[in-house]
Formats: sequence, C-alpha cells, structure tokens
Amino acid sequence: MTKWINKGSKPTRTGFGEGVKAAASKNDMIVGLGADITTSVGMHFFADAFPERFFSLGIAEQNAIGVAAGLALSGKIPVFSTYGVFAAHRAADQIRISLCYNNLHVIIGGAHAGISVGPDGATHQALEDIASLRALPNMTILSPCDATQAFISVQKAVEELKGPVYIRFGREAVADFTAEDQDIKIGKAQLMRKGDDLCIIATGHLVWEALQAAEKLADKGIEATVINMHTLKPIDKDSIIEAAKKFSRIITAEEHQITGGLGSAVAEVLAENHPARLLRIGMKDRFGESGKAEELLAKYQMDAEGLVQQIVRWINS
Amino acid sequence: MQTFYNQAFEIRKLILESLSEAGSGHTGGSLGLADVFAVLYHKVLRHNPLKPEWNERDRLVLSIGHVAPVLYATLAHAGYFPVEELKTLRKLGSRLQGHPGRDFGLPGIELSAGSLGQGLSVALGMALADKMDNRSRRTYCILGDGELQEGSVWEAIMAASHHQIDNLCAVVDRNGLQIDGPTELVMKLESLTDRWKAFGWNVISVDGHDQTALIEAFESAQKTREKPTVILAKTIMGKGVKSIEDDYRWHGKAPSKEQLAVFVEELKNSRRYD
Repeated sequence: MTKWINKGSKPTRTGFGEGVKAAASKNDMIVGLGADITTSVGMHFFADAFPERFFSLGIAEQNAIGVAAGLALSGKIPVFSTYGVFAAHRAADQIRISLCYNNLHVIIGGAHAGISVGPDGATHQALEDIASLRALPNMTILSPCDATQAFISVQKAVEELKGPVYIRFGREAVADFTAEDQDIKIGKAQLMRKGDDLCIIATGHLVWEALQAAEKLADKGIEATVINMHTLKPIDKDSIIEAAKKFSRIITAEEHQITGGLGSAVAEVLAENHPARLLRIGMKDRFGESGKAEELLAKYQMDAEGLVQQIVRWINS
Repeated sequence: MQTFYNQAFEIRKLILESLSEAGSGHTGGSLGLADVFAVLYHKVLRHNPLKPEWNERDRLVLSIGHVAPVLYATLAHAGYFPVEELKTLRKLGSRLQGHPGRDFGLPGIELSAGSLGQGLSVALGMALADKMDNRSRRTYCILGDGELQEGSVWEAIMAASHHQIDNLCAVVDRNGLQIDGPTELVMKLESLTDRWKAFGWNVISVDGHDQTALIEAFESAQKTREKPTVILAKTIMGKGVKSIEDDYRWHGKAPSKEQLAVFVEELKNSRRYD
C-alpha cells in the first residue's frame, strides 16, 4: 500500500479555489458569487481570471444562495463560497427551499471547516455544517482530504453532478499528499491504508492525521486500515458494511461535532446493516475556542497523537 | 386601452372553485391578485402556454407561494393545463401543490417557493443571467407586503439596484393585511415608496385593480434603464367577494361548499366588464 508523503503543505481552500478556476477555464457557464470574503474562501483565483463572470453580493448570504438558484435556473453553474458557518446556518432555509427543493446545480464552498480555523474562535469554526446539510434531499456533501483532492473534487462536482453540492474545506495549510492523477469517485470511499486490527474512517484534514496515527499505532503493534470518506452524502454504505464485516472496531474521525456528521452517518449504516463497535472522534457537544490550529487539534485530541490516545484508551477499556 | 376584467372575473371564479374543492388554502390574497395576474398573462408577459419551456419567455417568480391558487387559475385559464385539473388542488398526487413545486410537473411553474423572503433573490439571479447573455426577456417577481418584513428581501433589493438589474420587475401585493392583522400594526412597513427609492429602485404606486394603470406601470418598467422597478400595487384582500373584502381572517381560509355559491353570486354582482 502507498506510503503517503506530504508534497508540501497547502490549504485546502487554495485547492478549491484553483479548482474553480480550472473548471471555469473549460466551462463558460460557471459564474462566481462573492460575499465579501472572496480571497479568504479561495474565490479570488476565479474572480481575477474571469471578472466578467464574478459578482459581488456583499455580506448577504441568504440573497447569494437565492441568486445562485436563479442563475442555475437559467443554465449557469454558480459557485458561491463563504465560511461554512454562514452557508450552512445563515442561509439554511434558502439552501433547503431555493436550492434543494428546486434541485439546482449550485456549488457551495464551505470554507473554514473545523476547529483548525484557529484563532478566530468558535463563531467561525464550522462544526455543525454537515449535520445541518446532511438531512436535505438532493444535497451532495464533499469533504476532500487535501488541496489536491479539493482541486479535483470541485471540478468533478461541476462536471459530473446535477444537484446542489456543498464542498467543505479548511483554512490552514495542511499536508498535501494525494496524487494529482488520482481517480476518485464521488460517493465511493478511498482506501488509504490496509491493516488487520481496526478501521479508521476519517474525512477532511483528519485523513492525514489518521494516516499518521496509523503509523504510531503500528509502532505499538496495532495495524489500522484507514478510509478516506471524501463524500459524506451520499455516504458509501458498501465500504462501511465491508469494514464492519472485517473489523470489530471502527473509529470515525472528523473536524465536526460527533453528532450529525460522519460519526452519525457511519453509526446509522452500522446499526441498520452490520453492527460493530464504534468510537466517534470529533467535537463532543461543545463549541470551539481561539488558539493555533495545532494547539486546538491537540487539545481536542483530533491530531495524530490525540487519535492514538483515544483509540488506545478505547481498546484497553 | 384593452383591459382584461373578463379574464380576471374568470380567474377569481376558478380560484373560489378550486379552493372550495380543496377545503383549505389562501383565498384573500389570491382574489386580490387576480387583476395583476390577468394583466400579466394576457398583456405583459411574453409567453406561450403551448410551449411552457420556450427559451425566450419572460419568467414570473411567485415568491408568495401561498397564493398559488391565483397562479394555477391563471395558468389553467390561459391554457397551460386543463381547467378541470384545478379540482386537484392540494390533494395527494396532484401537480397543484399547496405551494408551487416544480418537481410535480405542472407547466408554467418557474420556481418551487413558499418560504417567504426568497423569491426576489432567485428572480434577481434569473435576470442577472439574462443580462450576462444579452437576452431581451424579463423577469417578474410577485411579493407580499408582509413578506417585506423578511430581512433577506432587502438583501435582494440592495443587490438588484447595485447591479442595475433593469430587466427585473417586482410587484408588491400591498393589501395591508397579514395573518395577525394590519401590516402597520404587526410590523410597520411605511413608507414603502421611500424605502424602495432609498434602496435605488424605480418605484411606481398603482391601484392594483385598475388594469389600465397596471398596464401603464408595467410598460413604464420595461422602459426604465439601469434600475429595477417595483410596482406597489394597492389591492384589496378578497377583492370581488364583498362579504370577505379587506378581512384578514380570509388570508388562509377556503370557502365551504355553501359559501362558494354565495361568493360566486357576489363575484357576479361586483364584476367589471371590459
């Protein structure tokens, strides 16, 4: 199995932004919408390259989602990126009715996902966005693990999907380790590492942390399989059931509340199909706080070391 | 000028019949908008009931989805689908959902809507796309007055004038009533003219039952450049059925079978001919 190597750290938001620009250079139906934080959410790559297709809408996310719906009804493919907290919560009703009920092909960038947003603190750390959007019919939720995958995912979302798509990505530079020529399939989990003792299903930035944790666990004689669940909706049931048949212990890892996100989605599949023991790693029903990304990931035990500690404690309990 | 009061009468009659058959729904606002809809679908809109998906059609977004009966009645009367289908309103399996739903396949429905405060943003997006593509078609959006209490509407109002979306025309059904009572008591809206003007719109106030004035307002909107236009249409909730006119209790109530006959008689007595 591939030994994953960090090609050089890069923010996933940059991968997303470059992906939008790349998609737009091949497809002139793509239109960008901005809500003041254009550079911060990676949309400046597109806005600078295609100013005639980029529209500033100000700090008004509810309107932006509606405008995106209207553009989509006219055959455009709008990309609207803002912080995940604002997209998923401020504009929740617009996403539900104007986008999902009308089943319109709009790409929403959910920036600043997770605790690793860092010093901005709880208000700007999207930790409930998956929970808020996962119940909506017609919605697809993507959560790429690194900048390269974000770059590829957004282009696939534009070209292969038909309805509304939410792509979740982070703020800080993180390991960029997946291959540029990878053949990821939306809705199909990616097997990252094979091990015989337990299975870690991770999403977003925590895929890299899970891979590092697996190496540390190996030093302790525990071999972990690591799965990258880059599509959170529709969830890849087959991969989860397959893992449950093989492993008695499954761990989920996400920069999100353990309720309503990846952990819940996996628990649902397990409970209905093939029960297995499950440890959900993520935020445990509390808001975040300020601090450096690595400090916060360490404090909430979502970095590699934290994952190892939680997993070992669970095994020994 | 040609008027369409006969069509408005037929539309009102169909509204009452479909709502009575449904046993629930929004009578007052639907009746109040019949003149606006008659004028739109018989004079103003570029559309073809035989080709609902025609690419060059003008588009109408009904932001206040609860007055779906006036849209359904107008569309059926114009030939989009059989008038008999109006009897399925709000029933299981019907294409005539309580609030318009595109998924159910009724011709002439541009947007699934009903949660207030969203339609103008969508209409703005439609009009913006047409501007990008240099198309001459126009987008219309029907708003309620109570709906203007939703903050998101003002986001759309701000953005439409900022981007000079002059191919967009909003119509506010200014009947002055909402579920809890008069708008000015529930949450003051006046001065609506000043507020829309301050946000950079071309504002036209008209009697929403004076079809000549309505047609002139729409024509003036079409000629206005670099600004979106809002037509503040002063209407009477329940218009045409004297016994329920201006009565906010008829916002969300449907006539019973017995009331239907009485209401239709009232309609006939108050009807205006072209």
